[in-house]
Parts: sequence; C-alpha cells; structure tokens
Amino acid sequence: MRDVAVVSFAQSTSFAPDPLRNEVELLLPVMNEAVERSGIPKKEIGFTVSGSCDYLAGAPFSFVSALDAVGAWPPIIESHVEMDGAWALYEAWVRLQVSDIDSALVYAFGKSSIGDTNEILTLQHDPYYVAPLWPDPVSIAALQARALLESDGYSESDLANIVARSHKSAMSNSSAQRTSETSVEQLLSAPYTVSPLREHDCPPVSDGAAAVVLATADLARRISERPAWIAGIDHRIDSHSLGARDLTSSPSAALAARNAGANQGPVDVAELHAQFSHEELILRRAIGLDNGTAFNPSGGPLCANPIMATGLIRIGEAASRIMDGSASRAVAHASSGPCLQQNLVCVLEARDG
Amino acid sequence: MAEWCAVTGIGQTKHGARRGDVSIAGLVREAATRALEDAEMTWRDIEAMVIGKAPDMFEGVMMPELYLADALGAVGKPIIRVHTAGSVGGSTAVVATHLIHSGVHERVLTLAFEKQSESDTMWALSSRLPFAPPIVAGAGGYFAPHVRAYIRRSGAPAHVGMEVAVKDRLNALRNPYAHLHMEGINLEMVAASPMLWDPIRYLEACPSSDGACAMVLTNEANAGRAPKPPAWVLGTAMRSEPVMAYGRDQVNPQAGRDCAADVYREAGITNPRKDIDVAEIYVPFSWYEPMWLENLGFASQNEGWKLVDDGVTAFAGEMPINPSGGVLSSNPIGASGMLRFAEAAMQVRGQAGEHQINDAKVALGHAYGGGSQYFAMWVVGSEKP
Repeated sequence: MRDVAVVSFAQSTSFAPDPLRNEVELLLPVMNEAVERSGIPKKEIGFTVSGSCDYLAGAPFSFVSALDAVGAWPPIIESHVEMDGAWALYEAWVRLQVSDIDSALVYAFGKSSIGDTNEILTLQHDPYYVAPLWPDPVSIAALQARALLESDGYSESDLANIVARSHKSAMSNSSAQRTSETSVEQLLSAPYTVSPLREHDCPPVSDGAAAVVLATADLARRISERPAWIAGIDHRIDSHSLGARDLTSSPSAALAARNAGANQGPVDVAELHAQFSHEELILRRAIGLDNGTAFNPSGGPLCANPIMATGLIRIGEAASRIMDGSASRAVAHASSGPCLQQNLVCVLEARDG
Repeated sequence: MAEWCAVTGIGQTKHGARRGDVSIAGLVREAATRALEDAEMTWRDIEAMVIGKAPDMFEGVMMPELYLADALGAVGKPIIRVHTAGSVGGSTAVVATHLIHSGVHERVLTLAFEKQSESDTMWALSSRLPFAPPIVAGAGGYFAPHVRAYIRRSGAPAHVGMEVAVKDRLNALRNPYAHLHMEGINLEMVAASPMLWDPIRYLEACPSSDGACAMVLTNEANAGRAPKPPAWVLGTAMRSEPVMAYGRDQVNPQAGRDCAADVYREAGITNPRKDIDVAEIYVPFSWYEPMWLENLGFASQNEGWKLVDDGVTAFAGEMPINPSGGVLSSNPIGASGMLRFAEAAMQVRGQAGEHQINDAKVALGHAYGGGSQYFAMWVVGSEKP
C-alpha cells in the first residue's frame, strides 16, 4: 500500500442553521480554506470526491451544483458517494493506491435545516416493512439506548456524563453549536424527548460543510511539517433488520477497528461519530478504547451534526490533533444508518521523518 | 497499479416497465446471483461491494444500500454507494476496479439498479430546489435544445435520429433481457409517434425501466481460475465539469472529450474507430448516438450523423454501436451505465449470445449524466494486457 496522509482540514465556522446560504455557499469557503492550507494549487489536485445526500436537499442531484463550488473547469477527475464524506475519503484513499495520482480533495456538506430530519431519516428503513411505520431516528435510537441501559449496568448518569464532557470540550471548538458547563444533575433534570433520551442526548440540527486534502508520501512530507498518516482504514456493515441485531453491540465497528489496526498502539484521541450519547458507550467497547483516550475533544456530533459531513469531520478533527502535535495516534470513526448500522474506522498517526 | 482487473461474472435482470414480481431487494438479487453463477462463485467469495444508482427519490428509499445489505450478503463486509447522476452505473464499476487495481480487494461485486416503478422519475426530476430556478422539464425537455443545436451545427438530415431509434430497437430483438421488443419497428412508425420535446419523438426516447446489472471483478490470480473467459479492464476514466462555466459546450462537452482521451491513453488506443471493435454508449435519446460518436472521437466534428446514415453503426456495420439495443431499449437509469460497461465486457468474452459481434476483441463502455457533465468509461479486452 502507498502511504497516504491527511495534510489539511477545514470546516464551517458555524454549524447553526443558516437560512441565508445554500449548499454551494456553505461549501465554498470551507473547500477553499482546506485547499489553501494544503499548499497544493487547486488545479494540481489529482482527484476530487464528495459525500452528500439528495434527500436532505429534497431534490435530485444536489451534489451536481456543488461542482460549481469546486470550480471544475477545465473538467476534473471526480466522484461522489451518497454517503457520509468519511466514505468519500475512503474512496480517495483507494484511488490514491492506484499510483497515477498523488493528491485528493474530499468534501462533504449537509443542510439539515431545510427539511425535517425526523421524517426524512425514516426513509432509510426497509421500504416495505419498516418505513411505512415512520420510525423516527430519535425513537429508534431510544430503543437502542434502552436496550443498552437494561443489559449492561449503565445508567442515565453515564449518558449525562458523556453529554457534560462533550459540551465542555466543545467550548474550545469555535465551530460548535452546543457548548456549556453543566452538571450531570442539571442534565438529568431535563425532560425526556423519547425515554431514556433527553434533548441533549440527541444531536442538534446543523448546516455546514467540511473538506480534507489527502496526499501520498513524498508530496505529504514536502508540503506538511507533520502530516496525519492513515495507518489503517476499514469499513463494515451490519444487518439492516433491527430485530435481527443485538442493538447493544456493534460487530461492524469492532471488525472495522480490528482491520484498521485501532488497537496496535495507544490511542491518544478518539473522535467518534456518536450522534446519540449512548452510542459512544457502544462504540468505545466495540473499538476497544479505554479511559486513557480523550473522547471527542471537539465536542463531537452532540455539539454539531451536519449530516453527511459529521463523519468526515471526525477524521478531520482527529487528524488536526496529530498535525498540531497534541496527539501522536488517533482513531476516527464514522457511522451511517439506523442504530450504527454501518461503521468506518480510520487510524491516524504521526511519524518521524 | 498493483493489480490487473478482470470481469469474470456478469448478470442482469429482465428489464421492464414494472417488475412488480420482485421487491427492490429481489431485483438486485436477480442480477447479483446471475453474476455470481456466471463466475461460479458464491456470496462467500465476495470481499466487498460497490453499488450505484441514480437519485434515491426514484424509489423513495434514502441510501438504499443500508436496506439492501442483507439481500446482498454484505453483512460484515464493506459496501460503498456511488452516485454520479446518470453516469453512475459506469462510475460505480470504475470505483470497483480501483478496489482491485489497488490490491485492497481480490474479488468485488459491483451492482447498479433502478426500480423506477416504485416512485415517479418525472416527479423526482422536477422538484424545485429552494434556491434555484425551477426547470421542471425532466430529462427530455432538458436535452432537446442540445439536440436541436447539434442538428443546426451539423446540418444533419432529420431522419438520422429516427434511424438510430430503429437500429437500436432491431438490435434489442436479439437481446432477451431488453425491455422493449418491438417487432417490425421501422422509420414510418417512429415518424408517426408523437413529438414529445421537439425534435425528440416518443419512439426516439428511452423507456422508463426497472432493472439491475451486476459484475464480479477480480484480480489476475482469481481471473486465472475463472470458468469462462474474463474481460480484462484495459483502461478506466471519469471526468466531471460544472453546471455553469463560461465556454461550456453541452453539445460536445469537454469532460467527455477529456474522459475519452484519458481512457484511450490508458488502454493504448490511438485510433478508436480502428482499435475498438464494438461500443456500448449511453444514448437515451436517439440523436445522442451521432453526438457521442463525435465526442468520443469515432467521427470528426459534425460528421457523426454520416456514420449512422451510412449504416456504419448498425449491427453488421463496420463500427457497431449498441448491439444490445442500448438505453433506447432498456433504461433502468442507475443501471443503464453499468449495462453499457457489462455489455462491452460480454462482447469481448464472447458471451453476448445473439447480439454477439464476431471477433470482438476490444470494446468501449460509456456512460454520461447530469447536464452532459459527468462521464465514466472503460475499455475492456479479450487479451490480458
């Protein structure tokens, strides 16, 4: 395999719902920032790939107009996945293994505020047997949280602890939507949204974009003082049938983590795509992370959740800790589908020389 | 490139206006199991999947790869979902070849589908974006002005589009999987069909189909053990251009020319008309055959229609185009591009049955999408490169 590294990352300065800007306008400054930071002239980037979802925009081909933000003229070598941008990054990593290209721009965007995600996300379910019941994502997540609390000795305080920590961490993240210093007691006094989940256990509605630039070994070393090397990356999917799964575990996250080599060294930082507080507990166990790891120092998806970009942001945030020298080895995780159905794990590390 | 890539199994559904006999999962399994049988493999042999389809609103299922994970035996495996507008069937296959070329995987199943009868494509294409002017034209309304521009530029006589419509429907009679089987189709029937989007008549437009296509791609070692002759991937390419750019020519798009140049360079093709034996190109409206013949370098500018008029692109012609009947005879949108790629591979494997072109050694598969701005292509050959 060719060595590939993250050499720059940028994200929206705010993820609050933004009624004044469309997807292209959300994306343009972020993409330009990531490209500028990489030091690679835009016209020299070999491959461009993005992740987004038509259903968020409520229109087909919503990614097509994003090409105008890229400035794809003359025509570029380009692809798109109808998945979180983390999978776009996976496609770019694979593309860079085919040795004719040395750099890739990966971006993702999501503008959740123009629709009702609670309705839209029901359309991810089996269209014949489940979707007609309109199972909204919060209720589905609450089923999983309930199963976890009743089987594993966790309590609602464990969920509140995760929320309190995330909100506090987010205070150092200028892009975060939710920040606070709140006690566990205060959090537990809030009413349920869908028991056992409270509003703060669920992600906010966010609009925004993220972009990452990848480079292969020689180029990465030339343009970056401390690239975040991709030591391993893998993704796996579980059964779609919620009734056929043990919702308290995530075999696909565990398998992806093992294949990516997550446990082949200490993990300083983990950025987990846990959109609901209880998902962090499942993921920590599946990936095999202990308390020696700093979890979601950015605040994570509980503090900003631009759907389709949230997973790519985990990779960008984890890579940023490597690039700024505050971590030497990090795990980034992205997820897709109801109850963590599909999972991607990316291990990033600093290297000498 | 660490590994060569070969197509060792191909499967497609019977395409039709409404495959009410199967669910979406049943439809994709029909294609996938045929591809596996062709490769003499089982689900267990497949390491990863790359799946593609056009907009999710065409079925009303958001990110359907999640729901299809079980039907495709993908549980515990990697699955990627590609979406690059109408070119998606082609780009899905290209992304799958990268999984092989890179050495990341040895055996990959790639699949594309559309089950248009689950929703309404015209509706899905006509929704109004909050920030954009409404077009509400569907694909035919969008492309008709480009066709008119082509006719005006090239001076092509009006019957050329109708000739393509007849030729592809005659070819489809040789293809048991084709949606349309129009016995006795002729120029008079096409001319008498209603004008939908001037100058595109009803019988010059593609049908709306349910269907799927799947391929098993492997590395060289696995291809060596394949039960039937493999198709070797000699080159792949993808190119995109924006919606708005000064100087953009949607009749003869730069992205298409660049994509063709890329794939020919990789496959070592210097003269496409001479070096390529047969091509399956994405022709949803009849006039796109002469337009793409020029864009792909089979004819010089404004001369593509002459190849059609002279019968060069007919089944028995010197440069057969779309012997399967093409998109004009079956259009499961997301799968239409992969069908072009798969039909090209079937030709060089000698597996195309009644629509087999004699001695086809090198074939081109082509797909396009968006406002003529997304392109995906591959060149496959019967001989290992």
